[in-house]
Amino acid sequence: MSKVVPSRKNRELAEKALEKKPALGEDIDLSAYSSSAEEHRYQNEPSHLPSQEKENMLKVGITLDDRSQRAGTFVQIDRSVIHTSASQDGVEVMSITKALETYSWLEDYWWRAVSVDTDKFTAQAEVNLDNGYFIRALPGAKVVYPVQACLYIAHQNLAQKVHNVIIAEEDSEIHIITGCATKPMQASGLHIGISEFYIKRGAKLTFTMIHNWAPGVAVRPRSGAIIEENGVFLSNYVCMKPVRSVQMYPVARCVGEKAIVRFNTILVAPPGSNLDTGSRVLLDAKGSRAEIVARTITTGGTIIARGYIAGSAPDVKGHLECRGLILSERGVIHAIPELKGELAGVDLSHEAAVGKIAEEEVEYLMARGLTRDEATAMIVRGFLRVDIEGLPPELAAELRHAVEISEKELF
Amino acid sequence: MLQIQGLSVETGGKEILRGINLFIGTGETHVLFGPNGSGKTTLLMAIMGFPRYKITRGRIIFKGHDITNASLDERARLGIGMSFQRPPVVRGVKMRDMVSACLGSRDDGTAVAQLAERLNMGDLMDRDVNYGFSGGEIKRSELLQLLVQEPDLTLLDEPESGVDLVNIALIGEMINELLQKNLKRNRTRAGLIITHTGHILDYVHASKGYVLIDGTVRCERDARECLDSIKKHGYEGCATCLK
Repeated sequence: MSKVVPSRKNRELAEKALEKKPALGEDIDLSAYSSSAEEHRYQNEPSHLPSQEKENMLKVGITLDDRSQRAGTFVQIDRSVIHTSASQDGVEVMSITKALETYSWLEDYWWRAVSVDTDKFTAQAEVNLDNGYFIRALPGAKVVYPVQACLYIAHQNLAQKVHNVIIAEEDSEIHIITGCATKPMQASGLHIGISEFYIKRGAKLTFTMIHNWAPGVAVRPRSGAIIEENGVFLSNYVCMKPVRSVQMYPVARCVGEKAIVRFNTILVAPPGSNLDTGSRVLLDAKGSRAEIVARTITTGGTIIARGYIAGSAPDVKGHLECRGLILSERGVIHAIPELKGELAGVDLSHEAAVGKIAEEEVEYLMARGLTRDEATAMIVRGFLRVDIEGLPPELAAELRHAVEISEKELF
Repeated sequence: MLQIQGLSVETGGKEILRGINLFIGTGETHVLFGPNGSGKTTLLMAIMGFPRYKITRGRIIFKGHDITNASLDERARLGIGMSFQRPPVVRGVKMRDMVSACLGSRDDGTAVAQLAERLNMGDLMDRDVNYGFSGGEIKRSELLQLLVQEPDLTLLDEPESGVDLVNIALIGEMINELLQKNLKRNRTRAGLIITHTGHILDYVHASKGYVLIDGTVRCERDARECLDSIKKHGYEGCATCLK
């Protein structure tokens, strides 16, 4: 995929950072992974994929058989982009390599929301890029159905490196579902995913990412968003299935007045899972707002739930909420909420609570005739049900579906 | 319906109730009076079967079954229901789901919706259980759950507290429905109500009253007489009453 001519500056910065340890999370020896995988054939009709793979994708919200409720589709397996399509005017879906060839201006967005020399993972994605997606809503376009993008690892022990750029042009509205998955029994693998989001003036971007990796897979997303005046960025992240480790700390910068960001995260860590995730928001423009909500459950794994909101402009408002349930003797949840106010006029708050299910609540439901297990399940279901303001109904249904599938396995 | 024999109960390592005897026949409603801390709520919690309330002596017989060792949810499924004075907030669980849970395996969503409307609960059905509810809303929510649950024996902990004068009539009406007070005969439901003020007796007929003092029943007589006597002589009077 080396048709893309990289800017010399980015390349130099990346090369210097190839050994740079990540600021957070366990370090990963990249030489332990393979950089090559067999090519997967492009499919004009993605429903022709093997049914097992389609089923794995369906669990993360990617529907290939009936795409009538999707405005576009992108599928990448290992290093190969096997399908891209857009079915509504005003929306563009293509591989990032093609987009870089098509649009010279894309250079201006490349590594702007995320620094190329953040750590060895960003550097690796620059130097050895596999591919990734480019999704764009044209100015004023209201994209009714969600665009779906799937990043899938099938090759054993592959380090998959993608770089995605998502642009919501002025006054546009677009919803994206990204589903990341592997073959269910994947013994090992590494996913490095760079995502840069640009939400222009008055635009609204809803991004829902559902992860379904395997117990041997490590995941290192590096994401950044820049939100302009009156722009809205709604980001939802769901990871409820076993995974060796995920470390990510996306940052959203509100650079335009009255920009709004909301991060919602639903995490479940079974034994063996290490999730170090969080969301960071920099409220740099007057009247911008942020809300970060995380619901985390451990059934034996470890979760670090981070959150950071910094307010450096007048009349900004931010709230951070992190609630964690420990459903096993051995799980760990470490909530780290941080607020930084740099001006008298900022209004920042947080609430965090970690513990087991309140016995009083269980008994209350038992007094209505539910068994202890039924009562616990009902409370956990409720806990995982985050009411996400502004989420379109189709997406809410998709999200609910993803949560429900995993919920059943909790008990 | 309910027979309590020589019941002693402790909670937090402290004995609260001593040698309680009580009998509620089918179709009857009784009231419990008594000063704060006398053990009224403890008695209700022990009948309902909350694990924190340990029965150290005596037995509870419900509909002919010895339920002394039955768990909380078993008792609920056998037909005991309770309204809580200060129920917990259950975040994320909607009132609608809670009420459906009270329905158990019966499927009667339409009737539930109508009931919710009648109780002015329509707007609350999509809210988290008890989250931000006013005192009156909590009472109505508790009664709605019980009306759906249809217990044979209803335990009510101060149903009138925190309810304004307009709503107390509605609450009374709901309790009467719950206890089948509209049926002149063949009533199958029974109730045990804790009341501080006795106001609820203006709306709900109860046959017998008990005064609980320091964990024992000191007086057992007609509910109205009991209330009048408390009003006249205070609980001190009851303590010496042998009726």
